Amino acid sequence: MILRPLLIALLLALVLRPEWFTPVFAPLAPEGGPVIYQRASLLSLSLSHLGLVAAASLAATVVAVTLAILVTRPAGAAFRPLSRTITNMGQTFPPVAVLALAVPALGFGAGPTLVALFLYGLLPIFENATTALSTLPPATMEAARGIGLSRWQRLVRVELPLALPVTLTGIRLSVVIALGTATIGSTVAARTLGEVIIAGLLTNNTAYVLQGGLIVGLFAVLIYDALVQIERRLAARIGA
Amino acid sequence: MFCLLGLAALLAPFMTLAANRIVAGEGITVWQLADTASVLPGVLAVMAGLALGVPAGVTRLRLGGSILGLAGLLWLLQQGTPALLEGAGDYARVSPALGFWCLLVVLLLLMADALAAMAPGPLTRGALLAGIMGALLVVLSSDGLAELSVLKEYAARRDAFGRELVRHLGLAFGSLGAAAVIGFPLGMLCHRRAELRSAVLPVLSFLQTIPSLAMFGLMIPVLGWVGNTVPGARSIGIAGIGFAPAFMALVLYSLLPVVGNTVAGLGATPPAALEAARGMGMTPRQRLLRVELPLGLPIILTGLRIVLVQNIGLAVIAGLIGGGGFGTFVFQGLNQTATDLILLGALPTVVLAITAAIVMDILVELTRRTPEVSR
Repeated sequence: MILRPLLIALLLALVLRPEWFTPVFAPLAPEGGPVIYQRASLLSLSLSHLGLVAAASLAATVVAVTLAILVTRPAGAAFRPLSRTITNMGQTFPPVAVLALAVPALGFGAGPTLVALFLYGLLPIFENATTALSTLPPATMEAARGIGLSRWQRLVRVELPLALPVTLTGIRLSVVIALGTATIGSTVAARTLGEVIIAGLLTNNTAYVLQGGLIVGLFAVLIYDALVQIERRLAARIGA
Repeated sequence: MFCLLGLAALLAPFMTLAANRIVAGEGITVWQLADTASVLPGVLAVMAGLALGVPAGVTRLRLGGSILGLAGLLWLLQQGTPALLEGAGDYARVSPALGFWCLLVVLLLLMADALAAMAPGPLTRGALLAGIMGALLVVLSSDGLAELSVLKEYAARRDAFGRELVRHLGLAFGSLGAAAVIGFPLGMLCHRRAELRSAVLPVLSFLQTIPSLAMFGLMIPVLGWVGNTVPGARSIGIAGIGFAPAFMALVLYSLLPVVGNTVAGLGATPPAALEAARGMGMTPRQRLLRVELPLGLPIILTGLRIVLVQNIGLAVIAGLIGGGGFGTFVFQGLNQTATDLILLGALPTVVLAITAAIVMDILVELTRRTPEVSR
């Protein structure tokens, strides 16, 4: 795709040199109003946005994969039906509602956003990791047992690497949802790119809305694409 | 495990008492709610309910335990609210706190777990759902809870609540309908032509990736421009803010599950069935209508389920761009730091989403004609 470098260039320009776009956005701004978002640098907002998403997704991945390993061991099998009920119910919870409900419990700021992103991010990763770990090819497992690998060695050397591509799909879903939910996090005073869109909505400044929307949209699309590429590489290496 | 979690939750503050709707309240544990005589039955019921959930395997017992526990919770709320409000001033607000919510979640999970283990048929589940909804309505409209903070907030906005409910449902179902009208034919075309499929599906999944707030925001200039330039568009309500951009954004998000699942559903017809249909001399059109569509229906409906649940959640964001719906309450509440108002918007959304998910699951099961193919 030749589109990819173009989009990356556009994104970098929008974040680092927003003033270049003044003529493009000017017709959309209200008469005499500001055209380019000045209240905070777009770079720091982007970094804070991505930082939130990365922290929440990392924590969610660690916890979800650990839980998935636990419920796929013989000792944890009793919790499987329950964990499935929780993931099914949890995924019908709208992300915005999770965020809104975190505020009464945790107050405003980055805290509730982080918690909401983390909680919501757990579900897809857990679901995919559990599916992957419980549908490994029986022949491979048999072979691993046959060459005398201990349970721990089987987990680390066989099961986890084989489950990686499907787990990564879950991580990708969760990251994309987190990127979107973090945008809404700015309504509870977390510093994210949503701030630019909300400022635009409040002051009727379409130029702001478009800037924020374009940057967030480009980030989401490019990160999604990057994760898809990684998944393909991994899947190809495993030969799945 | 349920039992331990529940007992721990009993120790947490059960309700909060605040001087008015804005300030943070102070937590009050179960024991301090009212005099011991009126609290005791509720506490006992909750503990007995949790205890009944301990033995694994006896699902009826667990189900009964969860119902008993929920009744105990309700009793505690009803006893606690008037007792706390007595002499607390006119603007005082009483609302359930951490302990209550934790217990509620634990007991509901216990119930869901027991029900899942009993695996009731689709019709039984429908009846159960109707029963639970009925019970919820009765409980909410009873006098005992009317003094509760969230319901006071509701009483003050009774008309607005009804209006936003209709708006919310209109957004969710309307966009579902529009997406179905566009998506089904598109899906059928994609099923026929592989090259169209490989062109359309990536574009749709690209759309799905765009964060919701950005999508809603981007719709504003687009529809604003349409409203200003296309004659007559403004008179039918197409404008930069309000219902139209929210609706458009939801339709765009809905297309991927509808088209994707239509393609998958039509493609999942067992080759033997198709072969038989061809052998009987059916035309391609007959094959589509009589074989492929009925057999693919469960998968297509699953797509609609995803869309409906997703849109009920996303419609909340419409509140930010003046599109109405429960989001209006959520964002008003966030602006005023009025927790109860946030809950008034968020809780019905959650209930709607879960109800929609259950109803659609039942429909999917009812339309399933082929035995589940094990892969």
